[in-house]
Amino acid sequence: MASFLQNVIAGIETGSLYALAALGVVLIYRVSAVTNFAQGEMAMFSGFVAYSLWQRLSLAFGNTHVTYIMAFIGALLFATIFGFIVEKVFIRPALRGSLVGKMIITLGLIMIVNGSAGALFGTDTHAMRRAITTPSFFIGGLLIRPNAYFIIFLTLIIMFILFYLIRKTMFGVAIRATAENETTARLMGVPTAKVSSVAWIIATILGATAGILIAPATNVHTNMMADVHLKSFIAAVLGGFTSFIGPVIGGLLIGVMDNLVGFYISAKWRTVIVYGFLILILIVKPAGLFGKVRRKKV
Amino acid sequence: MKILKIEDLSISFGGLKAVDRVSFEVEENSIYGLIGPNGAGKTTIFNCISRFYTPDEGKVLFTSKTGEEINLLDYRVEEVIGKGLARTFQNVELFKMMTVLDNITVGLHREMKGNILFEGFKLPMIKREEEKAKNKAREVMKFLGIDGIENQPAAAQPYGIQKLIELARALVSEPKVIILDEPAAGMNGSETKELAKLITKIRDHYKTTILLVEHDMGLVMDICERICAINFGKKIAEGTPKEIQDNIAVQEAYLGKGDEEDA
Repeated sequence: MASFLQNVIAGIETGSLYALAALGVVLIYRVSAVTNFAQGEMAMFSGFVAYSLWQRLSLAFGNTHVTYIMAFIGALLFATIFGFIVEKVFIRPALRGSLVGKMIITLGLIMIVNGSAGALFGTDTHAMRRAITTPSFFIGGLLIRPNAYFIIFLTLIIMFILFYLIRKTMFGVAIRATAENETTARLMGVPTAKVSSVAWIIATILGATAGILIAPATNVHTNMMADVHLKSFIAAVLGGFTSFIGPVIGGLLIGVMDNLVGFYISAKWRTVIVYGFLILILIVKPAGLFGKVRRKKV
Repeated sequence: MKILKIEDLSISFGGLKAVDRVSFEVEENSIYGLIGPNGAGKTTIFNCISRFYTPDEGKVLFTSKTGEEINLLDYRVEEVIGKGLARTFQNVELFKMMTVLDNITVGLHREMKGNILFEGFKLPMIKREEEKAKNKAREVMKFLGIDGIENQPAAAQPYGIQKLIELARALVSEPKVIILDEPAAGMNGSETKELAKLITKIRDHYKTTILLVEHDMGLVMDICERICAINFGKKIAEGTPKEIQDNIAVQEAYLGKGDEEDA
């Protein structure tokens, strides 16, 4: 029982990070109709910014919680500006371009961001500290890892705020209106350019948060987000690109299944089993678990 | 006072001149009709006025909410509604996955103060403003007789109600001019009669001006004070319903020339 719980919690921990990243992907997809393949690389860059800030601040003021929090916040501020600039410089000019054209732009963005990260920060691997450094302890047979609980807690709060914004506020109405029908939204007075800009900023912040939190497990290097990024896309497809709750469930499901299958069935075959199963789900529900298929009247 | 003046409006698509030097003026607080056979360019003119298209030539002079006369062509699409000009669509364009109330509050976005990025964080002030917006939306729903469906999805509503929701979305912004693009499309005779009453009621209650594009001649002749007839992108006649009915050019546009029928 303890090992089962252990695996579920570890699954929720990584799964919630996939979910954060997936939310960013879906938000951008729905508002600006672009699949942002560079989401992971952008998160990696923000991760490097967090790491460098943390190193510098620690050298100057000592390695304390305060310097870590300052580095974290600094990286999120960077992500805000980063998302704004990427939308403005790379995506806005291609607004009327084709879907494929815009996707290729984000593929190019992978090269640009990855190349700049290598040039600016080097290609070495660095160890990043955990958010919560309190050592793990046992309660009964259950290993309690405070950092894991912190990650789950933090991502839950972030998702709660995001869902509140989208579901309950006028800004959320603007986001959903733009996501559903950009032209009509503009004609009804919604500043869709601003909405798209804000969506990119939020998505970049979500990615950066996932990146910084996963960094202690993956280390900080230029390919650190490859796995998270791929799984966040799978989470988005599994949950359904047309809903905001779907990617969250998708991310958690992948995280938990990954752990359970690895522990109980086969560690060697777990990737094959998990993703084989996901393909089965998509055969049954092609629009994703929560995706809505819109029938068009003719 | 003339609230809307269209001057020498022209627009071409490829080689086709869809609208050719059309001018007309709309009196404040009136119901003005724009008629013409299919493909005459009516909706194109509407799309130019609401800034969805940018015309090649001409002016759209509009007396805005603040009382100054502006050329709408100097403004962006999403700014037009804030100046006091709102519209509905020929094919109902609702946000189908959103609730009825959310759909209607979309029409209020131009009026919301507060930076949309920080909206979630300035709760008390924004909350009051959002409550105000929602109350305004409920009021309009009540006026149109569609209250009680606030939290239902828009897609679940019957076609007639969807048209009213769209009308509510335009009305909630308290426009000085409201453009209705074929409001009677898809309606039967008795529904159209109801609509005629409703349009007049809206004009009187909201002290607004109504510009109407419509195929249903009965409706147009019934409620419009002045009418402009368009054919092949050109204005062929303007006047009262009676004058339009008696106009030879209009009769020819709709029914064809007399000698053609003999042939």
